[in-house]
Amino acid sequence: MNGSASAPLIEVKDLGVRLNTSRGPAQAVRGVSFSLRRGETLGLVGESGCGKSVTALALMGLLPDSAVVSGSIRLEGSELVGLLDARYCKLRGNRISMIFQEPMTALNPMHTIGRQVAEPLRRHTGCATGEARKQAIALLDRVGLPDAARRVDAYPHQFSGGQRQRITIAMALACQPDVLIADEPTTALDVTIQGQILDLIADLVEERGMSMILISHDLGVIAENVQRMMVMYGGTVVESGETNAVFTRMGHPYTQGLFRARPKLGARKGTRLTTIAGTVPELADLPAGCTFADRCGIVVERCRTALPPAVDVGAGHGVRCIRTDVSMASAPRAGA
Amino acid sequence: MSVFLLRRILTLVATLFAASVIIFLVLDALPGNAAQMLMGADASPDAVRALTVKLGLDQPLTVRYLLWIKGMASGDLGNSYVYGTPVAGLIAERLVLTIPLAIMSMLITVVLALTAGIYTAANHNRFGDVGVMSLTQVGIALPNFWFAILLILLFAVKLQLLAAGGFAGWDDGIWPGIKSLLLPAISLAVVQAAILARVTRSAVLEVLREDFVRTARAKGLGKREVLWRHVLRNAMIPVMTVMGLQFANLLAGTIVIENVFYLPGLGRLIFQSIANRDLIVVRNCVMLLAAMVVIVNFVVDVLYAFIDPRIKVANL
Amino acid sequence: MSAPLTIPADAPPLTPGARPATGFWRRALRHRSFVLGAALSLLVLGSALLSLLWTPWSAYDIDIASKLRPPSAAHWLGTDVLGRDIVSLLLVGARSTIMVGVIAVGIGLTFGVCLGLIAAARKGWTEELIMRLSDFTFAFPAVLSAIMLAAVAGPGMLTSITAIGIFQIPTFVRVTRGSANAIWAREFVLAARAAGKGTFRITIEHVLPNILSILIVQATIQFALAILAEAALSYLGLGTQPPQPSWGRMLNDAQTLLFQSPMLAVYPGAAIAIAVLGLNLLGDGLRDLLDPRLARER
Repeated sequence: MNGSASAPLIEVKDLGVRLNTSRGPAQAVRGVSFSLRRGETLGLVGESGCGKSVTALALMGLLPDSAVVSGSIRLEGSELVGLLDARYCKLRGNRISMIFQEPMTALNPMHTIGRQVAEPLRRHTGCATGEARKQAIALLDRVGLPDAARRVDAYPHQFSGGQRQRITIAMALACQPDVLIADEPTTALDVTIQGQILDLIADLVEERGMSMILISHDLGVIAENVQRMMVMYGGTVVESGETNAVFTRMGHPYTQGLFRARPKLGARKGTRLTTIAGTVPELADLPAGCTFADRCGIVVERCRTALPPAVDVGAGHGVRCIRTDVSMASAPRAGA
Repeated sequence: MSVFLLRRILTLVATLFAASVIIFLVLDALPGNAAQMLMGADASPDAVRALTVKLGLDQPLTVRYLLWIKGMASGDLGNSYVYGTPVAGLIAERLVLTIPLAIMSMLITVVLALTAGIYTAANHNRFGDVGVMSLTQVGIALPNFWFAILLILLFAVKLQLLAAGGFAGWDDGIWPGIKSLLLPAISLAVVQAAILARVTRSAVLEVLREDFVRTARAKGLGKREVLWRHVLRNAMIPVMTVMGLQFANLLAGTIVIENVFYLPGLGRLIFQSIANRDLIVVRNCVMLLAAMVVIVNFVVDVLYAFIDPRIKVANL
Repeated sequence: MSAPLTIPADAPPLTPGARPATGFWRRALRHRSFVLGAALSLLVLGSALLSLLWTPWSAYDIDIASKLRPPSAAHWLGTDVLGRDIVSLLLVGARSTIMVGVIAVGIGLTFGVCLGLIAAARKGWTEELIMRLSDFTFAFPAVLSAIMLAAVAGPGMLTSITAIGIFQIPTFVRVTRGSANAIWAREFVLAARAAGKGTFRITIEHVLPNILSILIVQATIQFALAILAEAALSYLGLGTQPPQPSWGRMLNDAQTLLFQSPMLAVYPGAAIAIAVLGLNLLGDGLRDLLDPRLARER
């Protein structure tokens, strides 16, 4: 788009988030670093509570006031951590947008959808009511809301879940943002609708040259929709790299576990789903060493002493595990 | 919308009907012979009989009830047993005090409560929130008539700024009237406002936790904009319900407060009539108050439909 | 669901790990509004009990010679227009207040809970009828029903108790029915029904015990409302009648003397406010302690 196509649009360095929960302070995210170029798509995958949504909210500057953010988030070189809310407001919905998981509750039930889609336009571009409405109709039309011109004055409860998610997408895209963060955009939807919505998002991202961060707990969704991916566990990135590279050579025992735990299409009836033993650790009392140690099949004593560093196992493919030699010898492969 | 409205109106009519029956039974049928009560136990039977006929109390119960309903429809509420003047006139001259008083105190209540409620919710768990919430806790515990007496002590006895009671009327312009209703309205409002402020606060806090608030923030709206444009309208539903219920308390409160400030309003009229055994006046006053409560709550119900777009469809 | 609790009269000593209730007391003693509310409520209850055994002076004997005395060693808060000792009047007044409150809330609780349980158990038109009736009763605030009763039966303690009691019923009906409906939808009730237990037995064995804490909280708050209503009715002369001392009546007497002895109007009002504040704080505290799910945003 512009000359500095190779310079990162977003650069996150050593991001840490400390949340105040009812059970005491919790380090929800630690040591997360990545960069995202213009037009690039990145997937964040992991179980619920692994810190992926918190990372997204940190990027949006929408964490609760009590949260403590450390490290650095830069958008085209300018620092976002510690930015005044009033200045952050000029970026949100304008240069960074977000789509949320629950389309049923993400829309204000008291306002017409047209008003809600037009709101970012009026906020950021200062265009008049009539013009904003016209653009809102065009946007709703683009995201495939049937009969947009007529239904622009309807209220959210008059739409289905899939339609509502289309509306939130229209809302997020209104100001042509540079980055779209999609937090589990299809989790709450019917399986039949999920594919349509993901295709719509993919089309729009390509059409507008946006960067996207797609958050999902579903490896399949990640595999099909993003160029690069990060696997998160216990608030840390345990594996990251090109999507193809990661799926070809899974380095971290947790990634492998996630992959084995996928329900497989065409599996024989009666085949048991593989699960990862144990449960996600409480963020309030994380172990000192590798956060996955308690559930790991190849854990050794050394794993529990310190958080393992990220090890490069290929070009741009990092794994936060000290036993990659063992784990990668038995790695499952996509399609296996 | 029309079906919704029709159902509400039917409920309203049924409620008013039930209220009138109960009031009639308690205040007309139950006491036995009102003429006897008026004249005392040692009146001569002939005189009592004559008065009974004169007041129309010799007719059967149902006829008397129907006559009353018919009278209410045509504005003729009968004559006071004691003064002999039309009840409607007696009530009307008292309402010019009671209605402005109720409206003034409701306005003060709403302004105080919404300001305090929204302020505390926006500053959740900060110093101002805790301070104002402690104040409302005390406010709820104050008997309104005691608060009224304290206001009299302060403004009339100590500072001598306002009169301790009485009503200046509306003849010399609007200001003297309002001035004499100011303390009564404030004393009625403060306690109600304390309750409503707490309701407003928790309603706003509840809505602030909703997903669409995050969506609105993600669009780039500031916290203040989100509060005014997205949160308040959603929070108004529980607030309005309580406001409707509070109106009943407020009317009951005027009865008490009018007695504190010696205001010649509906409340004083009811009291004098009880003392005078003027049951026809009591009956009509009570019916009027009950009707006002029922109608205000009906209006609140209908207003929901205007505020909340979901209601119309659900009831169509 | 914690062990059934009544409004505490006194805290048992903390013996570590004694009964499950110990956990409740440990939390309770750390809960600020609960402690303050309990202390204020105990103060009022203690005054009422004390007045049964002892008052500094008689609250009934008139002594015109020593009327309107300022506070002194003999009369700590002075005397009223009839020469009665204010402290003694306040102590005995607490008794009237608590008596009216307890009986009125008792009426409201008994009828309200029964009707609410029936509404939740029977559903259908029974529920509809009960709820419409209770909505309807909302149209008659306590003062209004007291006026109607006083017009017919004359003023008095009985009138105010009845009026306040009737006024309390619909609130209890709503609260009971709402929480009972939630219990009826729970799995263990379904299991009990599947096991062939009847409606009545389920109500007594499962529903009632599970909504008890909610009812205790509500009763505490309704008690506060009853005290306010009793004070207003006595002030108006519809409630407790002289010579029986009551706080509302004292305020009425004091109002005519505002310019002479303003403090006479302060004490009884403060007593009412303390009682109501104490019960409200106690209710809030109990709500937090008994059922965290009920805890409102504070």
